[in-house]
Amino acid sequence: MTNASTIERSRAARRPVSPGLRHGGRGGRPVWEEPPTAVGQAAKGLTLGGVLAVVLVPLWIVALTSVSSPGAVNRAGGLVIWPDGLSLQAYREMLGDPTVRTALLVSLGITAVGTALSMVVSVLCAYGLSRPRSFGHRWVLLLLIVTMFVGGGMIPTFLVVTGLGGYNQYWALILPSAVSVFNVLVLRSFYSSTSGELIDAARMDGAGDWRILWSVVLPTSRAVTAVIALFYGVGYWNSFFNVMLYLPTESAKWPLQYVLLTYVNRGVGLPGSVNSGFGSESAQTAPLSLQMAVVVLTLVPLLVVYPFVQKHFRTGVLTGAIKG
Amino acid sequence: MSTDRSRRGERAGRLVRLRRDRTLLLMTVPAVALLLVFNYVPLFGIVTAFQYYDPLIGVRYSDWAGLEQFRRLLDDPVFWQALKNTLYLSFVQLILFFPVPIALALLLNTVVSERIRNLFQSVVYLPHFFSWVLTITVFQQMLGGAGMLNQFLRDHSIGTWDIMTDPDTFALLVTSQAVWKEAGWGIIVFLAALSAINSEMYEAAAADGAGRWRRMWHITLPGLRGVIVLMLVLRLGNALSVGFEQFLIQRAAVGHDAADVLDTFAFYYGIATNDYSYGAAAGLFKSVISLLLIWGANKLAHAFGEDGLYRR
Repeated sequence: MTNASTIERSRAARRPVSPGLRHGGRGGRPVWEEPPTAVGQAAKGLTLGGVLAVVLVPLWIVALTSVSSPGAVNRAGGLVIWPDGLSLQAYREMLGDPTVRTALLVSLGITAVGTALSMVVSVLCAYGLSRPRSFGHRWVLLLLIVTMFVGGGMIPTFLVVTGLGGYNQYWALILPSAVSVFNVLVLRSFYSSTSGELIDAARMDGAGDWRILWSVVLPTSRAVTAVIALFYGVGYWNSFFNVMLYLPTESAKWPLQYVLLTYVNRGVGLPGSVNSGFGSESAQTAPLSLQMAVVVLTLVPLLVVYPFVQKHFRTGVLTGAIKG
Repeated sequence: MSTDRSRRGERAGRLVRLRRDRTLLLMTVPAVALLLVFNYVPLFGIVTAFQYYDPLIGVRYSDWAGLEQFRRLLDDPVFWQALKNTLYLSFVQLILFFPVPIALALLLNTVVSERIRNLFQSVVYLPHFFSWVLTITVFQQMLGGAGMLNQFLRDHSIGTWDIMTDPDTFALLVTSQAVWKEAGWGIIVFLAALSAINSEMYEAAAADGAGRWRRMWHITLPGLRGVIVLMLVLRLGNALSVGFEQFLIQRAAVGHDAADVLDTFAFYYGIATNDYSYGAAAGLFKSVISLLLIWGANKLAHAFGEDGLYRR
C-alpha cells in the first residue's frame, strides 16, 4: 500500500505538471485521484448541462422566433421552440425600416469611433506609464487611480458635459467614458512585463518610444489588446443610459439599444411596421418575429467578434482581476 | 555650499530625466486630459449639492443652500424608500448571487476534460457581454405576461403570473437576471485562484488518505479564502450601486416603490425634474456612505487576517 502510493507519487512528480491548471494540458486525471462514482458523474453532468441550457435555450427561442413565418408564430401561440415555417420576412421588414437602419448605422459608428479613440488613448497612456523609473509616472498613475475611488457622481458629470455643449451631441456618448482606468492598468501591467532586453535592443538600434511601442510592445501583446478592445467595443455597443441622459428626445439619433428598449421592451410598434405611425398613441405592437429580429440584430456583432477574442480571456482578464 | 551644489545637481537631474522621458509623458497627455475634464472637473460640481443650483446662471452665481438639500432628503419618504430598497436588493443579491460563481468554479475545477471545460466557459462568459436592455428583453419574453411561461400556464389553465411586473418578487427577479448575466463571468477569478493552488498539496493529502471532500475542505477552500474575501470587500463597497441600468429599465413595469434605488432616485428627482442640487445631494450621500462601507469592509478583512484591497 505504502509502496504503491510512493510509486504513484514519484510517477506523478516526474510527469510535467503545467503550471496553473490542475488538470492542465493533456495530462488528464492525476493518478492519485479517486475514479469518479457514477452518481457523482451524473450529478455533475446534469448541473453543467442545466447551466448551459439556462443560458442557451432563451437565445435559441429568440433566434428561432425571429426566423419564423407569421403562421408558425401563430401556430406556436407566441414564441417558437421547434423549427416550423422558416422565413426571413422579419429581417427583410426590419432592415427596410429607416429607424432601425439609422439606429444600426449610429450604433456601428459610435462603437467604431469610440473604440478606436479609447484604444489609442489607453494604449499610449499605458505605454507611457509602463517604463520603470520614468519621469513623473508615479504622479500620473496616482491621478488615474484616484478616479477609481472618488468621482463627482451622475449629476455633476451631467452638468459638465451639458455645460460643454454635449446635449444632443454624439460626442457626449463617447468622450466622458473614453478612458477606463481599469483597462489602462491592465494594458500597463502587460507592457511592463515586455522584456526589457528586447526594448533595450530596439533602443540600441535607434528606435524611439513611438517606434518601440509600435514595433515591439504592441506586436508582443496582441492578445491583451484584443481583449481590451472587445471590452471597450462592448461598452459602446451596449450603452443606453448615456443616450437617455444626453439624447433623450432626438429619436433620429438613437442607437440600436435605445430602439430595442423603446420598441420591443416597452411594446411600442416599430415605426416602419404596418399601421403604426412613429410616436402615435395608437401604434401597434410590432409582430413578435420582428421584435425578436431586432434582438438578434443587437447580438450579431458580438457573436461575430466573440469567438476570436474569447480564447484570450484567460490571459487578458486574470491579470486585471488579480492585479487591478 | 555642498548642499547647494547637490540641490542644483538634483534639479538638473530632474530636467535631464524630463528631457529623456518627455515622449512617455506626452503619451499620457490625452488620457490625463480626458480624466481631468470628465472626472476631476465634476468633483467641483459637488458644490451644487450645497446650493440652489440654477442651470441658467450656473454654479458661480447660484445661491448657497448650506445643508438644506440634505435636510430635504432626510425628510423625504421617497428617499428613505429608495435607500431601503437599495440595501434590501443588495442584501438579497449578496446572499443569492455571491456563492454561485464560487460553486460553479469548484464544480468546473473537478471536470477533467479540457474540451468540456472550454465549451462551458465560452458559453457562460457570453451573457456578460449582453446589454441590460437585451437581457431584460429576453427575460420579458420568457417570464413576462405574454411570455413563454404564462403561455404555458394558460394552455394548461393554471392561471397566470406576470413575474416581470410583480413588485413582491422583484428582488428575486433582478437577482436571477444578475445571476444569468454575470455569474458565469464571475467564475474567472475563482478559477484563477484555484489554478494557483499547488497540486502537490492535493497529492500529499491523497497519499495521506484524504478523500475528495476532505481535500476540498482542507486545501481548496482555504486556497480560495483570500479571493473570496477580496470579492466580498469589493461587493460591500458597491452595496449602494446595485445595477442602475437594470432598475432604470424595469422601473416603469414594477412601479417606483419597489424599483427605486439611490441611483435612479438621483436620476428621476435630479435630472429628470431639473432639481439638480437635490439629485447631487443624493449622489453625494451615496458616495460618502459607499466610501465608508468599503473602508469598513476592508478593516473587517484585515481583522480576519486577510489582505483585502491592500496589504497592511
